[in-house]
Amino acid sequence: MPDTGQAQIIRNGAVVRDGWQVLRPAAEAPLGIGSLPAGPVIVPLAFWTANADALLARGEAAPWIASHEDPAVLAPWIPRLGLIAVDFPKFTDGRGFSTAFLLRSRLGYQGELRAIGDVLADQLFFMRRVGFDAYAVRADKDIHKALQVLTPFTDVYQGSFDNPVPAFRRHRRVGPEAGKAGS
Amino acid sequence: MYQYDQVDRKIVEERVAQYRDQVRRFLAGELTEDEFRPLRLQNGLYIQRHAPMLRVAIPYGLLSATQLRKLAHIARRYDRGYGHFSTRQNIQYNWPKLEETPDILAELASVEMHAIQTSGNCVRNITSDEFAGVAPDEIVDPRPLCEILRQWSTFHPEFAFLPRKFKIAINGSQEDRSATAFHDIGLYVRRNDRGELGVRVLVGGGMGRTPIIGVVIREFLPWQHMMTYVEAILRVYNRHGRRDNMYKARIKILVKALGGEEFARQVEAEWRHLADGPGTLTQEEYDRVAAHFVAPGYADATQDEALFSRHAAQNPGFARWAQRAVQPHRVAGYRTVVISLKKTGVPPGDATAEQMEAVADWSERFGFGEIRVSHEQNLILPDVRAGQLLQLWEEARKAGLATPNLGLLTDIIACPGGDFCSLANAKSIPIAEAIQRRFDDLDFLHDIGELNLNISGCMNSCGHHHAGHIGILGVDKDGEEWYQVSIGGADGSAAGHGRSAIGKVIGPSFRADDMPEVISRLIGTYLGERREDERFIDTVGRLGIAPFKAKVYAAPLGRNEAVAHA
Repeated sequence: MPDTGQAQIIRNGAVVRDGWQVLRPAAEAPLGIGSLPAGPVIVPLAFWTANADALLARGEAAPWIASHEDPAVLAPWIPRLGLIAVDFPKFTDGRGFSTAFLLRSRLGYQGELRAIGDVLADQLFFMRRVGFDAYAVRADKDIHKALQVLTPFTDVYQGSFDNPVPAFRRHRRVGPEAGKAGS
Repeated sequence: MYQYDQVDRKIVEERVAQYRDQVRRFLAGELTEDEFRPLRLQNGLYIQRHAPMLRVAIPYGLLSATQLRKLAHIARRYDRGYGHFSTRQNIQYNWPKLEETPDILAELASVEMHAIQTSGNCVRNITSDEFAGVAPDEIVDPRPLCEILRQWSTFHPEFAFLPRKFKIAINGSQEDRSATAFHDIGLYVRRNDRGELGVRVLVGGGMGRTPIIGVVIREFLPWQHMMTYVEAILRVYNRHGRRDNMYKARIKILVKALGGEEFARQVEAEWRHLADGPGTLTQEEYDRVAAHFVAPGYADATQDEALFSRHAAQNPGFARWAQRAVQPHRVAGYRTVVISLKKTGVPPGDATAEQMEAVADWSERFGFGEIRVSHEQNLILPDVRAGQLLQLWEEARKAGLATPNLGLLTDIIACPGGDFCSLANAKSIPIAEAIQRRFDDLDFLHDIGELNLNISGCMNSCGHHHAGHIGILGVDKDGEEWYQVSIGGADGSAAGHGRSAIGKVIGPSFRADDMPEVISRLIGTYLGERREDERFIDTVGRLGIAPFKAKVYAAPLGRNEAVAHA
């Protein structure tokens, strides 16, 4: 369904109005740099790389990365980007989790990282851990209910972007029958 | 065995609450069936032919008496009084109610158990050697690394939606008792020339539609790097594994497409970013976890050896059972006992609540309250005094748990098959039973000797048919159940002299009714051709499949003479 530009998203743990429009051009109607709609737009990665200078000059433009695309392509623009979106074509397609992790941990991206596409409540916790901080929850779902299950776990075992330090380095974890483990 | 600390406990309790809410939302219509499916699968809940099936994790096959009693209680309270131990060291309940599954998880959490990631396209239960810690041939106890990897893989945020399921096995003995080379990642725990601990890393093994033996991508990886290296493998797989075709989505297809060398190069390149980072395992954490697996307080039981010999000499029935069921132990006077769940007429791997409770009781009276589950679908009492084996045998007989067929033809590995599983093409259980009935003569069975017969009801290969010395695969032909037979497979264990091999199909498939006769002809060929103490698998190795094939297809089988179907 088309993005209206009036959608609500979750950003930094709160439901907020958002005016960014995700452009998903059909193959037969490619985007033209001169004919972009007014207002903030999120454009396909290939369109970004082909028109980066013009888009940066225009302002209010950001790239979105398809699940099969390599985020390293964005390396030259990372410091100047305030928003990157990662698309989940189906929520069972987990490539976007690695894309996000690499953008944050490997490429040093510090702006807003937004999950778009088939974004559902029960994925948000994992998304948050790998570095997302904004979620365009699928429009037919109750975004307020999604926000309620953003943090089902208060502790985690392994490191990821949100905290690279695993539980065993964060806690003083006790051994068997605490106090008796002298063997 | 490992006991939860406050971190483990909290995570499992929060999982119960999360799952309870997911079930509530599904029942309230807030989640569609498609949206709920991956959520319930990651909690081991399938929708089967008759009812949901709940798969509960038994991490690396280790249970306490308390946990086994809880499994018995769940079988009785929420199911029909039995459970099925699977080839992945899990237990499956075939008749739970969806609405009650959150309560079952809460019961499990109360004894430090869960159903996390027992299904779905994520890292599954880590499997290992059922004799870990007691086997005389053990190089390094794999259990600390199993537990550490269990924790690392639990709710890993990046790898919950992989292209396909992901299975890891860890083996630390000379003998590979975990079919390690048939896993997405196989880890052999070893010491190098300098005595340092590490793992040999295999990737891309698997059964299913495309059976492949894993390839080594690292001969020796120091233990501290196990998790970061596995993370690198999973990241390469998550990003580049195929998602367009579920039959080509396992990591083995990616490894095959790239070649082992190129796959290893990509893993190493990714790993360079992670090596020595915060994910690196610390000595302190290794020691903390390893302290849960220290040897129990064994008595000086040396005198039990003579007692055991005397008991065996006086009682041929006991001696025959002991010859198969009783395994060596690293401590003098102790033995490890395998309890066969392969009694004729009982589906392989099934145990009633009463049997589970009996085994739990024996584990306390004849051991240290610990039980193991093997991928052969049997239960193990790891620490029994040799002098008490006779008493254990007498009680096991009364409970229907002393079938003296361990490692023999009737110790059949079988999936639940078409009787329960909605994926199956054909039934497994009646085939297993018909074969067990044909080979019900114990002397004959012992004369045939070591033989792994494995049955899968479909290509998913839960019954490990590819790795069976004789493998049987259920296939669907125009809506009828047929069975394809392969020979020469081996799972890496001593039964096949340590080799891992994929069985070769002998020819066109057979009707269910003909299966006992087909197996009889295979065995007849072997008995006619064998040299001295050659096992079935050896004779197949020496002669190839030709003489077996010739004998099986020589004369018409059964009333239908229907062997010509391709």
